[in-house]
Amino acid sequence: MAHGAAAGHGAHAHGEHDHHPTGWKRWVYSTNHKDIGTMYIVLSMIAALLGGLMSWYIRLELAEPGIQFIEDTQFYNVLVTAHGFLMVFFVVMPAMIGGFGNWFVPLMVGAPDMAFPRMNNISFWLTAAGLVLLVMSAFVGGGPGTGWTVYPPLSSIAYHPDAAVDFGILALHVAGAGSILGAINFIVTILNMRSPGMTMHRMPLFAWSILITAFLLLLALPVLAGALTMLLTDRNFGTHFYDPAGGGDPLLWQHLFWFFGHPEVYIIILPAFGIVSQLVSTFSRKPVFGYLGMAYAMSAIGVVGFIVWAHHMYTTGLGVNARAYFTTATLIIAVPTGIKIFSWLATMWGGSIDFKAPMLYAIGFIFLFVVGGVTGVALANAGIDFALHDTYYVVAHFHYVMAIAAIFAMFGGYYYWVGKMTGRQYNEGLAKAQFWLFFIGVNLLFFPQHFLGLAGMPRRIPDYPDVYAGWNMVSSFGALLTMLGTFMFYFIVFHTMRSGKPAEANPWGEGATTLEWTVPSPAPFHTHEVQPVISAGDHGNGGHGHGAHPRPAE
Amino acid sequence: MAAETVKSHPYHIVDPSPWPATGTLSAFLIATGGIWFMHGGPPLLLAAGFALLIFVFYGWWRDVVKESRAGTNHTDEVAHGLRVGFLLFIASEVMFFFAFFWAYFHSSVPAINRVAHTVWPPEGIIPFDTWGLPFLNTLILLTSGATVTIAHHAVVAGDKKKLVLWTGITALLGIIFLICQAFEYSHAAFGFTDGIYPSTFFMATGFHGFHVFVGTCFLIVCFFRARAGHFTPQKHIGFEAAAWYWHFVDVVWLFLFVAVYWWGSSGYHGPMGH
Repeated sequence: MAHGAAAGHGAHAHGEHDHHPTGWKRWVYSTNHKDIGTMYIVLSMIAALLGGLMSWYIRLELAEPGIQFIEDTQFYNVLVTAHGFLMVFFVVMPAMIGGFGNWFVPLMVGAPDMAFPRMNNISFWLTAAGLVLLVMSAFVGGGPGTGWTVYPPLSSIAYHPDAAVDFGILALHVAGAGSILGAINFIVTILNMRSPGMTMHRMPLFAWSILITAFLLLLALPVLAGALTMLLTDRNFGTHFYDPAGGGDPLLWQHLFWFFGHPEVYIIILPAFGIVSQLVSTFSRKPVFGYLGMAYAMSAIGVVGFIVWAHHMYTTGLGVNARAYFTTATLIIAVPTGIKIFSWLATMWGGSIDFKAPMLYAIGFIFLFVVGGVTGVALANAGIDFALHDTYYVVAHFHYVMAIAAIFAMFGGYYYWVGKMTGRQYNEGLAKAQFWLFFIGVNLLFFPQHFLGLAGMPRRIPDYPDVYAGWNMVSSFGALLTMLGTFMFYFIVFHTMRSGKPAEANPWGEGATTLEWTVPSPAPFHTHEVQPVISAGDHGNGGHGHGAHPRPAE
Repeated sequence: MAAETVKSHPYHIVDPSPWPATGTLSAFLIATGGIWFMHGGPPLLLAAGFALLIFVFYGWWRDVVKESRAGTNHTDEVAHGLRVGFLLFIASEVMFFFAFFWAYFHSSVPAINRVAHTVWPPEGIIPFDTWGLPFLNTLILLTSGATVTIAHHAVVAGDKKKLVLWTGITALLGIIFLICQAFEYSHAAFGFTDGIYPSTFFMATGFHGFHVFVGTCFLIVCFFRARAGHFTPQKHIGFEAAAWYWHFVDVVWLFLFVAVYWWGSSGYHGPMGH
C-alpha cells in the first residue's frame, strides 16, 4: 500500500514536472527545504573538518609531557575555544537541526515544505555568516583565547584588547539570530502543517525532538544574545555589567551564559534522541516501546533543562542551599533520560534486529550516552564536583554524553537517510568498518581522560607533569584512530555520491514506517504536494501500519 | 510554477528570493563594520550595512504584501502560521529582555546575589523622579495601548476611516514617548559609564526605547497600508502583528517602570533628578 501510495504520488505530483531553479540561484535564493538542508549539511562538514583538525592538533600537543608544537599558549587557548564553538554551533546544530531537521521534518509530518521557506533560507545564510565571522576572529590580534564559555574578566577588554572577542561575539549574535528564526520555522511547521490525521500523538519521535529543541532554542538563545550584548558594551562602551570596579559582577555572565548553555547541551542531544529512536525502531522492526513516554520524557528534559544551570558553577562560591537545589534538580534529569534508555532497550527486546551501519551507530550512541550519563550523575553532586571541576573528568564526561554521542547520531542519521537524500546507497561493508574504527577510536580517546581527571589533570593547559604521560599517550592514539575514522567517513560520503548503488524508495523494509519512505529516492524537489491522510497506526512511531493513502486531489 | 497546477494543500510554496542572502550580507556588513567602528575605524561599513538592511526590509516585506494581496497564497492555514510565528518571535523578545532584568536584579537584590548592592541606587547615583517624566511616559504608553485597541476594533468592524485615525494616533503617541525619553536621557544625573546602575538603566530602558521605535515604524507602515485599503475585517495580519508587538512593548515598559523607575528609586532619599 505504501509503495502504491508512493507511485501514485510520483505520477500525480512529480513525474516530468519536477522543475526547480538551476545554477547558483537554486542554492543562494533557495526556498526549498531539501536544498537548504543539503547546504546545512555541507556547511557542517566543512566546519567539522576545521574543528576536528583543531582537536587533532590539541591531542598531538598533549601526546607527551612538555611542549611539542605549540609554543604560544594563547594559540592553544584559541584552538580550544574555536574547537568548542565550531563543534557546537557550526557542526552539530547545523547538521542535526538545519540539515536532518530541514530534510525530514516536513517529509515525516507530511508537509509540502517548511512554514516560512524564505526565512528558512536566511537561517542558513546567517549561520554561514556566523561561521565566517568566527574564522575571522582567529586571525585578529592573536584570536579569542577565552574558551567557548567566554568568561569575563578573561574576555574583557583588559585581557583581550583586540577585536578577536568582538568577532566571536558577533559570530554568535549572527548565527544565533539565524537559529532563533529557524526555531520559529520548525515550531510553526510542526504545529500547523502536519498531514490530515497526523496528530501530535502519531508524530514520529524525530519530529517531536526537533519541536522540543526548537522551543529550547527560542527561549535560551535570546538570553545569550542579551548576555553577549552586555559583554560587547562592557568591552567597547564602558558599561560595568561584569566589572566589579564599577559595581558589576563577573558571575552575572556565568549565570546568563549557563542559563543558555545548559539548554544548549540539550539542543544538541535532543535531535540525537529523535534520530536514535527512528533507527532503533526501524532496525528492530518494532514500534518504539513507550512512544508517548518517550515524547514526554523529551519534553520533561527540555523543561528541567532550564532550571539546572548553576551546576556548572558549583565552585564559584554558590551558597550551600543553592548547591543543594541544583544538585537535586540535576539528578532529577536522570529520570526522563532513564526512561529513554530503557525504552530503546525495550524496543530492541524481542525485535528482529538488523545490524546495519545505522543500527550499529544507534547502539553505539546508547552505550556512549550511558557512560557519559553515569559520569554526569557523579558530577551533578556539588561535593564530588568540587574535586573534579575543571579536570579532564569533565572533558571526558561531556565529550561522551553530548559530543561523540551527537556525532554518532549524525553518522547513524547519514547512513539511514543518505539514500533518500542522494538517491544512492552507501556501501555497507565500508560503513561497518568505519563504525568500528570510529567506535574504538573515540573510546580510546576519551575513556582514559576519566582516569586523568580523577588523578587531577586540569583542562585547558597544554602541558602536564610526567605522571599523566601514559594515559595521555593512549588518548592521543585514540585521537589518531578517530581522525582516520572521520576521514573514512568523508571518503564514504564521496564514494556514495560517486558510485553508490541506486537507493530504493524504502531500502529498510517493513521496519521503516515513517512517511519519508513513501516518496521516491532521491526525494523529488517537491514532496507531499498531495498531503497523505494518516489514520491510527500509520507512520507515527506509535503504530506500525502501512496505510497511507494520498488525499484525493480535488 | 508547474507544481502549483497539482497543489491541493493550503500552504504557501514560496518562490526563490534574493532577500535572505542580501539580508545576510547586510548583517555581515553591520557586524564587521560595527567592530571596525568600535575599534576606532570610520563608520562606513556600518552605515552601508544598515542602508542595505533597510533596503532588504523594504524589498522582502513588499514581496510579502504582494503575495498577500495576490489572494490565493495567504489561506487561513498560512495566516494561522504567520500569527503563531509572530507570537513565537515575541516570546523570544521577552527572553531577550529577561537577560537585562536578570542583570538588574542580580545587581540590586542581595537576597538573590550575595554580592549585590545593599543600597540601591548605589551611593552617588541620583535617580529620576518616579512620578515625573517616567510616570508621564507610562500614561502615554498605556493610552497608546488603548488607542491601538480602538484601531483593532475598527478594522474588525471594517471602519477604514476610524482604523486610519487611531493607528495614526497610536504611532504619534509612540513618537511622543520617544521624544520624552530622549529628553529624559539628556537630563540624567548620571553618565552612561558611571557604574552598574547606569549600565542596567540605559541597557534596559534603551533597548525598550529601540523597541518602541521599531513598533512605531511598524504602526506607521500599517497606517499607510490602512489608507491604501490593505486591511479587511477578515484579513489584517500585518496590523494584528503590529498591535501585538505594541502590547508587548507596553508590558515591558510596565515592568521597567515598576522595577527600575519605581522600586529602583525607592531606596533614595534625596532630591530627585529630572
